[in-house]
Amino acid sequence: MIPSLPRPLWLRAGTVLYALAFFAFLFLPLLVVAVFAFNDAPYPAPPWHGFTLDWFISGTPGSGRRGLFADPAMLGSLWTSVVVAGWVTLLSVLVGTSNAFLIERTHFRGKQALSLLMLAPLVIPGVILGISILAFASRVANLADDLWGLELDFLRPGLPLVVLGQFSYIVSIATLTITARLKRFDRTLEDAAYNLGASRAAVFATITLPYLQPALIGAAAISFLMSFENFNTTLMLVGSDAPLTVMMYGRMREGATPVLNAVSLFLMVASALLALTLLSGDKAKASH
Amino acid sequence: MRAKDASGARDPARLLPILLLAPALLWLAALILLPHVELGILSLRARVAPRVYEPSLAQFRTFIDEPLYWHTFVRTAVISILATATTLLLAFPIAWTIAKIARSRARSLLFVLCLIPFWVSETVRTLGWMILLRESGVLPALLVRLGMTPAPVELLYHDATILVGLVYTSMLFMVVPLIGALESLDDSLIEAAYDLGGNGWSILRQIVIPHAAPGIVAGCIVVFMLTLGNYLTPTLLGGKNSQWFTEQIYTQFITRFNWEQGAAFGFLLLGLSTLIVLLGLKLSGQRFGEVMQQT
Repeated sequence: MIPSLPRPLWLRAGTVLYALAFFAFLFLPLLVVAVFAFNDAPYPAPPWHGFTLDWFISGTPGSGRRGLFADPAMLGSLWTSVVVAGWVTLLSVLVGTSNAFLIERTHFRGKQALSLLMLAPLVIPGVILGISILAFASRVANLADDLWGLELDFLRPGLPLVVLGQFSYIVSIATLTITARLKRFDRTLEDAAYNLGASRAAVFATITLPYLQPALIGAAAISFLMSFENFNTTLMLVGSDAPLTVMMYGRMREGATPVLNAVSLFLMVASALLALTLLSGDKAKASH
Repeated sequence: MRAKDASGARDPARLLPILLLAPALLWLAALILLPHVELGILSLRARVAPRVYEPSLAQFRTFIDEPLYWHTFVRTAVISILATATTLLLAFPIAWTIAKIARSRARSLLFVLCLIPFWVSETVRTLGWMILLRESGVLPALLVRLGMTPAPVELLYHDATILVGLVYTSMLFMVVPLIGALESLDDSLIEAAYDLGGNGWSILRQIVIPHAAPGIVAGCIVVFMLTLGNYLTPTLLGGKNSQWFTEQIYTQFITRFNWEQGAAFGFLLLGLSTLIVLLGLKLSGQRFGEVMQQT
């Protein structure tokens, strides 16, 4: 039980063993992905054939190996994911901020219902968000075509639709994050600034926005990560340019080469760096 | 107090709520409400001739008449329930250790360790499981070396494999609400119960679980929902035998281009998912908004 109560030896040992087993379970898959990115063999499987960087940099035609940085399709899908995630982040933070002010600063009938509705996308399975947006977009596109002869390409499966699909639920998370911070804001600070003669815009830019900054950065990081990792919604809306998760999924079904391990390791390092930057940012903020 | 605000900027002040309302309404109408209406219309019609449709329940009848479809549906629901229960059982001791036993520094370290794997995409984690479990993979080779099996065995493509993958993917969403719920439990309550003669089991049942119920329910709802809607883990770890319901939706919608049938399946999945969420909220007497705040 708790430390202040007597705990028999077997219970203490059991707790430690269980924690070890649990974290082994959590980290084992990541560990093998990282290790086999450096195995000198055509498949990511044992036995160990020696260390190589081929799966990152090899581009020689004779070897039959194509490393991550010589694989234009893989690099292209990585870039596609970055672009999609960038748009989703931008839209989610902007609309999320607007939603936070709507929830915290305005009063109208039905606000309670509206703020509950804003959470609904979080309990809709991603696959269903994807197909419903696909069906609706295609209806609008067909309608525009029939009525005015307009060809609205962005409503056909492709990256704009992927951005909209991911945005549709990621903005809920951004809204939650930013609203939580805005709720704790001391409004007398704004009142003081108004009394001192500041304009609305000046108050927003010098008082409210700096206060919200940590939440905005946090929401942006979460949005970027969730967009980058999204698979379910993306799969339903994707056109010819596949983002990284969809591309990796396709290759995993065909039988993976260690290039997938290489790109995975790249992602792990990138997200670890992002996490560290955010954490140290938090620490710096806290110590001020 | 806000006199300047009200007189100096009357028009913008009145315009502001509308400006703030517009993006929210646009988002909810164009990306959530109308698409679901469209999905509803699609699911309730049948094609009688090219570009001619009439209202019909044929899609739902197919679901009932065709055993493959409802078997898959029930199977998906049952495995999701199993996965949720397993996740809860595995996550609880760790949440307890982090919330109650570990000291401050170890506590934050363990918590971050729990988070790290989930910063990496599900695709990467699934790739890891495939390398570990496939016939030519790490664990079968280990089993042969230890002399437990004479030849490598295929550990992928079983129901148990799907279960392991789903539990792994869901772990974080159970651990975080559990820690939240357990941290708010006052240690002195446990001490009092112990002094009054309670043993580990009775304290767990009468003090800890009732207190942690909101966190348990929140975790279970989120895990069940994510499991039910998962696509990647069942299809990659289960292979051809996975028979996951989202896979049926994908097949109808994308492969066969039978949007009517796919929409009906989508609504069935959404219905089940919503039902479980409502049931969970009812059981624990919580409101939707509160649960979402916790997770």
